[in-house]
Amino acid sequence: MNDISVLTGGRAGDGINSAGLLIAHLFNQMGYQTYMYFDYPSLIKGGHNFTITRAADKKIGAHRERCDYLLALSQDSIDLHRDLITDDTVILFDSGRVHGDGQGIAVGEILKAEQAPAVMGNSCLIGAFARAAGIPFDVVETVIRRQIPKEREKNLVIARKGYDSVSEKRSIPRAGDTCCPLLNGNELIGLGLLHGGLDAYVAYPMTPTSNLLHFLAGVAGSFPLTVIHPENEIAVMLMALGFSFAGKKTAVGTSGGGFCLMTEGFSLAGSSEVPVVVVMGQRTGPSTGLPTYTGQTDLRFVLHAGQGEFPRLVVAPGSPEQAYVWSSVALSLAWKCQVPAVILVDKTLCEGTYSFDDTAMTVPDTGDEPAPSPEAGQYRRYAITENGISPMQFPPMKDAAIKVNSYAHDEAGITTEKADMVLLMTEKRQRKAQALKYETDSLECVKTYGTSGARTALLCWGSTLLVCKEVAERLGFRVVQPIVFSPFPEEQLREAVAGIRNLIAVEENAEGQLRLLCHQHGIPVGSHIAKLDGRPFSVEELDARLREVS
Amino acid sequence: MPSKDLITTAQNTWCPGCGNFTLQFALRNAIKGLVADGVPLENIVLVTGIGCHAKIGDYLDINSFYSIHGRTIPVATGIKLANPDLTVICCAGDGDAYAEGLDHLIFGAKRNTDITVIVHNNRVYGLTTGQYTPTSPLGFRGRSTPQGTSEAPFNPISLMLASGAGFVARSTTRKMPHLSGIIGQALRHRGFSFVDVLQICASYFNVSELYDRQGYELSGHDPADFQAACRKAEEWDYNSDAPIAFGLLYKEEKPVFEEHFSRHSPSSVSREEQIRAFLETKR
Repeated sequence: MNDISVLTGGRAGDGINSAGLLIAHLFNQMGYQTYMYFDYPSLIKGGHNFTITRAADKKIGAHRERCDYLLALSQDSIDLHRDLITDDTVILFDSGRVHGDGQGIAVGEILKAEQAPAVMGNSCLIGAFARAAGIPFDVVETVIRRQIPKEREKNLVIARKGYDSVSEKRSIPRAGDTCCPLLNGNELIGLGLLHGGLDAYVAYPMTPTSNLLHFLAGVAGSFPLTVIHPENEIAVMLMALGFSFAGKKTAVGTSGGGFCLMTEGFSLAGSSEVPVVVVMGQRTGPSTGLPTYTGQTDLRFVLHAGQGEFPRLVVAPGSPEQAYVWSSVALSLAWKCQVPAVILVDKTLCEGTYSFDDTAMTVPDTGDEPAPSPEAGQYRRYAITENGISPMQFPPMKDAAIKVNSYAHDEAGITTEKADMVLLMTEKRQRKAQALKYETDSLECVKTYGTSGARTALLCWGSTLLVCKEVAERLGFRVVQPIVFSPFPEEQLREAVAGIRNLIAVEENAEGQLRLLCHQHGIPVGSHIAKLDGRPFSVEELDARLREVS
Repeated sequence: MPSKDLITTAQNTWCPGCGNFTLQFALRNAIKGLVADGVPLENIVLVTGIGCHAKIGDYLDINSFYSIHGRTIPVATGIKLANPDLTVICCAGDGDAYAEGLDHLIFGAKRNTDITVIVHNNRVYGLTTGQYTPTSPLGFRGRSTPQGTSEAPFNPISLMLASGAGFVARSTTRKMPHLSGIIGQALRHRGFSFVDVLQICASYFNVSELYDRQGYELSGHDPADFQAACRKAEEWDYNSDAPIAFGLLYKEEKPVFEEHFSRHSPSSVSREEQIRAFLETKR
C-alpha cells in the first residue's frame, strides 16, 4: 500500500497550515486519500508549528510516526523531529534559515527576485516538494490555480522556481483518479448545520471551534445565515435562545471553558424548551489547559451540564462524514423534540483536514416538526401532549401571547409553584426524553467496523475512531463506536458488543469516561487505553499500546 | 386570546405599595399607545430577568421570554436580530442590569440594537430579602452588609452616556404619567433606549420621600446636547441629596445594529445544491 507522510515545519506566521494543506491537495490531485494533522502552540508569531500530511490509497484519519519527506522552514523543524528522520527521509529546507543535510532552496532569494511577499514562500516550497516527489508540474499548477485565490500567475512562477531548484529523490506514483473535497471538521460541522436548516450562528472565539465561526461568517453572504460574535459566551447562549424563540434555527460554538459559562443558559433551554445546538470542541483541560491541543475529557461534563433534569441530545461524530451528517441530525432533532443538543467534538476532528467522501452525505430523514396548533386564540406554549412535545409557535402570532419561562410554569407559560402543575411539567419533560429516545432509536447510534466475529473489540468515541479503525484492521479486531450519548443507546450498544470477550476502551481521558458510562449501563469494559498528553494517537502508538493489553 | 386590558389572570404577588404596580400600568399604557399607533400587539415581545420586577412577564398578557438573572439584553438582541419587525422590550432589575448582567447593558448600548431597556431600579435586592445593589447608597445596611456598605454606588446614567446609548432617560414610579410618557418615547426611539426608573421598594428601601423632595422634571434641557446630558447626569450621584432630574437626558439617531445584517429572502437554490457547489471549490 502507498502510505506517505510529509512533515512541514516552520514558525507560527510562516503559513505552515496552508503549506500542509497545499501538499494534501497535491496528493489529492494524484488520486490519494489524505489526512492532515496540524500541531501548533498558543502563540501568533515564532514558536514551532508543523503539519503532518499523510496520503494513502485507502481512507485514513490518523498520522504516522514516520516522515518520508520533511519540508523545513525553520531549524526546529529538523532538530525537533530527529526521531522521525531516517536515511530514507527526503529533506528539503529553506537554505536562508536552515542548515542540515538535504536539498536547500533559496526561498528568500527567489521571493526577492520576484518581489514577492513572504507568504508566497509556500508556493516555492510545494514546487520543490513536487519535484523531489516526482509529481509533474501540471499537478502543481492545478493546485495553485484551484486553491490560491490571489496572484496565481506570480505564485506559479515562484512554484516553478522552487520546482527547478531541487532534483527528484523519491518518486510518488499516481494512486488513482478520484479527487475528493478536502475539508476540516469545523467546515463539515458548519455545512452539516446549514444542511439541517441553520439560520443563525452565535459564538465567541475559542480554539478549537474559532474556525467554525470564521467559516460560517465567511459563507454568511452566500447562505441565508446570520453570524454574530457577542461579548462573551453567556451572551452567546442567551442570544441564541432569543433567535430560537423568534423561530430561527440557531447553533453556538465553543470549547469547555466557554461551555462552562453557557451552562446556566443551557439549563434555561431545557426549562423553556427553546431549542439550541452547541458545538463543543474539546481541548486539553482542565481550565485553560493546552488551548491548541486535543482531548476527550468533557463527555461527562456535557452529559450533566446545567442544573436540574431535562432531556438533551448529545452526539459525538468521529469522522468528517459523521461530522456533516450528525450536525444536521442534531439540529433537526433539537427542533423536533424542542431540546438542547450538543455536538461533542475535539481539536483533532475540528482542525484536522480530511479527504471527504461526498458519497456519504446522506442525512437520515428525521421527519417533520409537530404541526402548529390549529386553534387561533387558544395557543398555549406548553400544552400537555401525549409525547410531551407541545406545538411551537413564534411571535408574531395573531391573538396569542407566546410565553416561555425559566421558572416552573403552567401550560400558558406563566410561573407556577403549584405542586400538581410542577409534577405535570416534569412528567412532560420526561415524556419528551422518551420521544427523543424513540427518534434516536431509529438511527444508527452505534457503529461497528472491522473484523466481524472478532473476539476483541476497541470501544471508542469521537475522533479516535479513525485511528482505531486503522489499527483494528491491522490486528484483526472489531471496532464499536457509540455516536449518540444522550439518550444513551443501551440496546444498540449491547447488540454491538455481543460476542466480544475483550472490550478495550480507547479514550483521550484519564478516568475512562465512556467506560464508566458503559459500566453504569451494565456493559463490562475490560481495559482502558488512555492518551493524556494533548496529542492524538498515532497509528504506531495505538498499535503498540494495544499489543501490551491484548 | 390576550385580554383587552393586557393583564393576565395570574395572581399578583408584589407587596402592597410596590413600585412595580405603577411600572406595570405605565408600560401597559405605553404599549396600548403603540398599538393605537398601528403596531400589532403580537409584534411586541417582553423579555424579563429574575427578581420582583420580572413578574411583570407573568402579569402582562403579551409575548414574553421570562429569562434568567441579568440576561435580558442578549435574549432581546437575539429576538430583534431574528425578526427586526418585532418591538422588543427588556424589563430588568438593578441587580440584573447593573450587577449580574452589566456587560450586556454596556454592549447593548455599544451595538445600538433597537430594543428598549427599562430598569426597575429600586436600589435593593427585594426578592432575596434586602441586600445592597450597585445603586444602593454608600453605607446601606442590608442583610449582607450589616455594618453598612463600604462602596459608593455607580451612576448608570453616566455609564450609559459613556457607552454610546442613543436614548437615555430617567423617570420614577412616583410619577406615573411621566413614566408612561418616557416609556412611550423610548419604545418609539429607533435604537437602544435606556430608561432608569427610580422605583421604591415598599419592604426594603422605601425612599418615596427622597424622590418626591429631590426629584424634578426637566425643562429647557436640550436632549441633543451630549455635554449638557453629561452635566445633568452628574447632578445626582445616586448617593447624595442633590436634585434628581426626571426626563429625557439624551437622544441621538444612529444606525442600528441589525441594519448591518441583510434580511434573507428564500433562495431558489436548495441548501444541498449550495453545499455541493461549495464542496467543488475544495477539490
